[in-house]
Amino acid sequence: MLSVNAIHTYYGISHILFDVSLTVSKGEVVGLLGRNGAGKSTTMRSIMGLTPPKQGTITFNGQEITGKKAYLLVRDGIAYVPDDRRVFADLTVEDNLEIPFSRSNEWTKERVYDLFPALGEMKSRRAGNLSGGEQQMLTVARALMTGPELLLLDEPTEGLAPLIVRDLEQQILKLRDAGISILLSEQNVKSALKLVNRVYVIDNGRIRFEGTVAELEANEDIKKKYLMV
Amino acid sequence: MDIISFICSPGVLCQVLVGLSRTVILFIVASGLSLILGVLRIPNIAHGSLYMIGAFLAFSVSKAFGGGITGYWMAILLAPLIVAALSFIAERAIFCRLYEREHIMLFLLTFAFALIFGDLVKLVWGAEYRTVSMPRFFQGSIPIFGLPFPIYNFFLLFMGPLVAIMLWVIVNKTKMGKISRAAAVDREMVGAVGINVSMVFATVFVIGCYLAGLGGALVAPIVNVTLGMDHTLIIEAFLIVIMGGLGNIWGALLGALIFGVTQSLGILIWPQFGIIFPYAAVIVVLSFRPTGLLRSTW
Repeated sequence: MLSVNAIHTYYGISHILFDVSLTVSKGEVVGLLGRNGAGKSTTMRSIMGLTPPKQGTITFNGQEITGKKAYLLVRDGIAYVPDDRRVFADLTVEDNLEIPFSRSNEWTKERVYDLFPALGEMKSRRAGNLSGGEQQMLTVARALMTGPELLLLDEPTEGLAPLIVRDLEQQILKLRDAGISILLSEQNVKSALKLVNRVYVIDNGRIRFEGTVAELEANEDIKKKYLMV
Repeated sequence: MDIISFICSPGVLCQVLVGLSRTVILFIVASGLSLILGVLRIPNIAHGSLYMIGAFLAFSVSKAFGGGITGYWMAILLAPLIVAALSFIAERAIFCRLYEREHIMLFLLTFAFALIFGDLVKLVWGAEYRTVSMPRFFQGSIPIFGLPFPIYNFFLLFMGPLVAIMLWVIVNKTKMGKISRAAAVDREMVGAVGINVSMVFATVFVIGCYLAGLGGALVAPIVNVTLGMDHTLIIEAFLIVIMGGLGNIWGALLGALIFGVTQSLGILIWPQFGIIFPYAAVIVVLSFRPTGLLRSTW
């Protein structure tokens, strides 16, 4: 479904990603694990066309999408949840959900409120006044409103209390069950390994490991060196 | 005479009403400027030129329809629309490529546009004064507190709230308005939920410029339409927007109120130096609220 082939991404003149390749197949939840500053968010931004790679190609459903504008990628079926949340703070929860381009009727506000009941109870609250966990739910909900086939989830559990992390894990599993493929970036290895089918480990802008969860669990070297667990 | 009876005297009240009609023009133009500043972050120096072009177009359209009441209504209808069409072309051809540039670049570019528009006006309409004849319907005055108050000013007092309400509905109740409020703060994220931000910006730019043209068309019957009418207005409009809070449309309303009313009262209190009162008000406001009265979107 998604295939990233040897991309190199820069911020200005600083070279951030080196030869990063990864794939996500239909229905899969793929983890992109790494420490702070390893290149997870840049990989997400490269795929989403927000910081397009200078070299390499990205294809989605067989079509090349390298450098394509973000709003067109959404219409192709990719949704993006940024690591810094970025809810539309001045607008209400409900308005946040009305803004996205809707490419199918699959996800309605009702269905999103079913998934995140807490949001349903604060429809008219200003998004900027929500707690961190609620804002995170809202960004996932907002991404769902586009009706995605592939969800790019950038560190959804960052800075959240353990109880809220557990809720969010359940909701991510429900999305997988609903047939959405997910690329999940995480520092929180313990949480991520509960959710994913396959894992990539990224460090210093390079993919250092790829394999199944079991393979990573068995590889003490990689875990110690790049993930500090 | 104590202060209360002075404030309640017919002369002062009438002057406040005159100030309020001036406020309407200032508000309509400044709200367009503020909209563009808030959402697109373009400090559009050429906004005053669009106001001037609106006034000249009102003159031409009104003449083309034989003056009179039909000519006037056609002018109010068509002049701002032509200004909007012009601005759409400018936005698609030039501005849409420059959103990511620094403000100083946009400032210089729009300043260049102000000069070009000024010369274009000179080329098309010449350097003479033009006047738009006031339709008979609006001539004359109605006595208020025993003093004559021009009918046209009543019309302006009606137009101000109308434009304010329409803007409120567009900004708060339409999807377009909600998208533009979100894009004002985080344009990248609005793009990342599937919205073509470039088209949203074009629409907001055109609405803002329409308001400049509308202000020009509305003011045309009560002023001499002439080259240079853009200069004073753009300075006033910027001061109003800064005083009210950059990008805040209600700030533009508040700023225009303060500016218009202090101007007209200043003339009453100290006729020779009436013009300094609104500027003094700006200084007072900004020394207490340096970022403007209402919340800025910047």
